[in-house]
Amino acid sequence: MQASPARDAQHGEICRTLEESSPNSQPTQRAFAGGYAHAGSHAGDVGLLRIFGLVIARDLRLALRHWDQVMQPLIFFVIITTLFPLAISPALDELRRIAPGILWVAAMLSSLLALESLFRPDVEDGTMEQWVLSGQPLSVLLLAKTTSHWLVSGLPLVFMAPIVGTALGMPQSVWPVLAATLALGTGSLSMLGAVGAALTVSVRRGSVLLALLVLPLEMPVLIFGARAVDLAMHGEAVAGPLNLLAALLLFFISLGPFAMAAAMRISVES
Amino acid sequence: MNPTSTRLRDSTQQARPASRWLWFHKLGSPPHAYRLATRLRPWFLWTALVLMLAGTYGGLVLAPADYQQKDAFRIIYVHVPAAILSLQVYVAMAIAAAIGLIWRMKLAHAFAAACAPVGAWFTVLALATGSIYGKPMWGTWWEWDPRLTSELILLFLYLGYMALRSSFDDTQRADRASALLAIVGVANVPIVKYSVVWWNSLHQAPTISKIGTPSITLSMGWPLYVLVLAFGVYFAAIMCDRLRSEILRRERAASWLTDVS
Repeated sequence: MQASPARDAQHGEICRTLEESSPNSQPTQRAFAGGYAHAGSHAGDVGLLRIFGLVIARDLRLALRHWDQVMQPLIFFVIITTLFPLAISPALDELRRIAPGILWVAAMLSSLLALESLFRPDVEDGTMEQWVLSGQPLSVLLLAKTTSHWLVSGLPLVFMAPIVGTALGMPQSVWPVLAATLALGTGSLSMLGAVGAALTVSVRRGSVLLALLVLPLEMPVLIFGARAVDLAMHGEAVAGPLNLLAALLLFFISLGPFAMAAAMRISVES
Repeated sequence: MNPTSTRLRDSTQQARPASRWLWFHKLGSPPHAYRLATRLRPWFLWTALVLMLAGTYGGLVLAPADYQQKDAFRIIYVHVPAAILSLQVYVAMAIAAAIGLIWRMKLAHAFAAACAPVGAWFTVLALATGSIYGKPMWGTWWEWDPRLTSELILLFLYLGYMALRSSFDDTQRADRASALLAIVGVANVPIVKYSVVWWNSLHQAPTISKIGTPSITLSMGWPLYVLVLAFGVYFAAIMCDRLRSEILRRERAASWLTDVS
């Protein structure tokens, strides 16, 4: 991974903050003593929030510097949706019927593609090792990383999908529901995907493996997301699947970070 | 690993159980587990054979043909036990993985590793028999029935677990990474199951998914229960073998192996 000056400067700032806010002057020892559990850190909410914000700010700035890379999953999303009219039929009537499914499958695959860059650069240049040793709860750090990852990979889909949907014959009245399902659903996809990415980050050529691990677990999100859009197109109530999507998102946000942290420790250690 | 295993073996030979949990701690010792598996294997295997013969005879000969499905229903005597076992094995694997991850018990990891291919084959068997069953019942080899679909997703979970395990060269890392995946997977199994049921109930007539659920009479039912038990015992027998070879592979450098062989 190329070491850009911005990356180093940001990393230095976070490292300083991590050490300052650590109540113990020997963060490394604490991390080792803690072993699996988070090293009993009570750094205070302010410290944690500050770190959370710093990590997000760093990742967003890094994304901004590599704008072309951030765009790639989005372009992939548009290309995949273009394949379906070519493969099936140019008739809008036919496409309209399957448009929710097309959009959702494309969103799932593009979020999968974006996962590759979630942890890998940080693990390769050693940043992640420092974070694991810092004595701060790794789950919070990884949650922050996943959040900023969603901001640059999931959120653009939310805005892009209605445009692509219109090209597939989707009525404008469905836009809000489509955007809402994607906003809730891509969050879940990012959380689940981050667990898989943390597990496979040390595996060479791990991207196919990542797809194998993550896609079966993501199927419920696909079911609820695509079905809600489908129901909306038929003018039926969508509160049920939307609520279920929101419930899934909350479930994954509350448990996902711990699984991510455990997976990252396995990947980085030894 | 060798010092602990020899120490544990010595303590077992001193007799006098020190605590109620000694049997559990002894299970963590590879030599003890190896010997236990060797001793239990014939019991499980013969019990499974007898139960299977009895169940198969009951199912294929004694049980009356269904008034509606004729003889085609008899495939449930393979299909249902395989389907039950496929899920049970996954849960057992996840429990073993959690034990291995929490208490750092190597043998639990070995058990989980040995479980996965067996569970995957049970899943394949359930899918294949379900598909054959579907041909006379539904007229198609494959129907997107909620049960078949969630069984298929379960197969994907097994395959992902085995793929992750095989992608690490280091056994310990493979153990811990795949254990975490098994735990995440088992937390997701109910979600997958209910989402698939919900998905299916929206756009398919409920008559199709009713197949298999109607209550079963005793004359048709007892071979089924016997066969479910037989499959369970057969799984235990297979696991004895697989666990032994897994222990042999992991402990190939250990000195106690010369005593065994």
